[in-house]
Amino acid sequence: MKTKSNLERVLEAGQFAVTGELGPPQSADSEVIRRKAKILKGYIDAVNVTDGQTAVVRMASWAACLIGKEEGLEHIVQMTCRDRNRIALQMDVLGIAALGINNILCLTGDHQKFGNHPTAKGVYDIDSIQLVRMVKDMRDERKFQCGEEMAVEPHLFIGAAENPFADPFEFRVARLAKKVAAGADFIQTQIVYNVDKFAEWMKGIRDRRLHERVKILAGVAPVKSVGAAKYMKTRVPGMDVPDDIIARLQGVPKEQVSKEGVKICVDIINQVREIEGVAGIHLMAIEWEEVVPEIVEAAGLLPRPRFVT
Amino acid sequence: MLISEQKPLEEILNYLGRDKSIFLIGCKGCAEGWGSGGEKQVAAMANTLQEKGKTVTGSVVVDMLCDSVLTKLKLRAYKKEIAASDSIMVLTDGAGVQTVAELVDKVVHPGCNTLSSGGAHAEWKEAERCLECGDCVLEFTGGLCPIARCSKHLLNGPCGGSQGGKCEVNPDITCVWQQIVDRLAKLGQLDKLERIVTPKNWSVSLISGPPVKRLS
Repeated sequence: MKTKSNLERVLEAGQFAVTGELGPPQSADSEVIRRKAKILKGYIDAVNVTDGQTAVVRMASWAACLIGKEEGLEHIVQMTCRDRNRIALQMDVLGIAALGINNILCLTGDHQKFGNHPTAKGVYDIDSIQLVRMVKDMRDERKFQCGEEMAVEPHLFIGAAENPFADPFEFRVARLAKKVAAGADFIQTQIVYNVDKFAEWMKGIRDRRLHERVKILAGVAPVKSVGAAKYMKTRVPGMDVPDDIIARLQGVPKEQVSKEGVKICVDIINQVREIEGVAGIHLMAIEWEEVVPEIVEAAGLLPRPRFVT
Repeated sequence: MLISEQKPLEEILNYLGRDKSIFLIGCKGCAEGWGSGGEKQVAAMANTLQEKGKTVTGSVVVDMLCDSVLTKLKLRAYKKEIAASDSIMVLTDGAGVQTVAELVDKVVHPGCNTLSSGGAHAEWKEAERCLECGDCVLEFTGGLCPIARCSKHLLNGPCGGSQGGKCEVNPDITCVWQQIVDRLAKLGQLDKLERIVTPKNWSVSLISGPPVKRLS
């Protein structure tokens, strides 16, 4: 084992992993995090804590991780290159490892234009692939990006994201290969609604045998309403929501729509689970955390294994 | 005036790799003024490359290489030489390299780093083409600049927000990484994108460097 990560142990044991997502509040309110953590505990193997998602100012990911840790959850700190240069990133990597956080997800980050401070200066000193490599070199070579050595290395299980639905589609497998070559241990994908396209991408992954070198967690998320599905389809860049998903939601009475959204999510979990090379799911029920236990149970993924480290 | 200087010879030879026959292009505008890619420097580079065992199939120094129309006309006369070359080496700033890359279906190597626009801009009016980063990456990106044209200055491929050839930040922006992938696919050079590009040296860039530099 490279780290003390529970997620790493679940994946190495060949168990189908479940990760969740927790968005920190747009305030200094620690209770929000505790409430969400209590809902998720026991139903997931680790929870991602977002780092200024959609470029909106929220509590720092590492700080929210620390609060959630007190509730007994394992965390994946998300770290984006949008707001920090390589100096700040490495300082935070040292800090989170020292605080006992075992997992990191390396991201480039949503562009500042989408957030509540669109006039901010974007940093982008390095990109997500370079961040993966930098963290790996810190962990495995005990070296900073500049080449200098450190005394105690950060033991982090390293993750990266990939969007199989973005263009150019033919480059998406190659891009994942770069992340694997850079040192990613696990991958979490964009939310899968178009299972056929995801399966096609996974075939490309298997053709290059990448699934043997990295653990791939398929992103899934329940849709609450027809409007939300349409919004994702037309307004969210890089999302692929097929018409039959929207038709399924439209086909039930209004009060049943959110229930149908949960059913669709469970169906998608069952479908991606059948695809060779999928090692788990990343369940993103942002601001709808209370539905997570129901989905995990309905998908037959309980009880979650727990490895004591 | 765009201020450029030649890249170290070792880097240039590394770019050329196994390419045997090279066509050289310089510019009588800024690059001649700054001694990085005028008549004299192109002739000197031709000699150097030949000493290093390369064949220089021909060379041309265009009045204003960043003027797409003029360059297109000039290059027409060298169609045969260019066709017979493995690749093209351009000795001028980033705007000039990108003009050639847009006109010719051949690998175009940048021979210079662009240090500053010197307060002016190239003849390529419709879009920002070069951000004077001081460490030209056009070698790895098919002659299209992700520093100037990617919203996140990405060096290792498109982000997850590239869709239908457009940038997620604004549908009016073409995703330069889509263009880079298309061009490298056309040139049979997609393998270039498999290599991990290491963190960039921003210290030579005007973006994070001192406001006035290298002009003395």
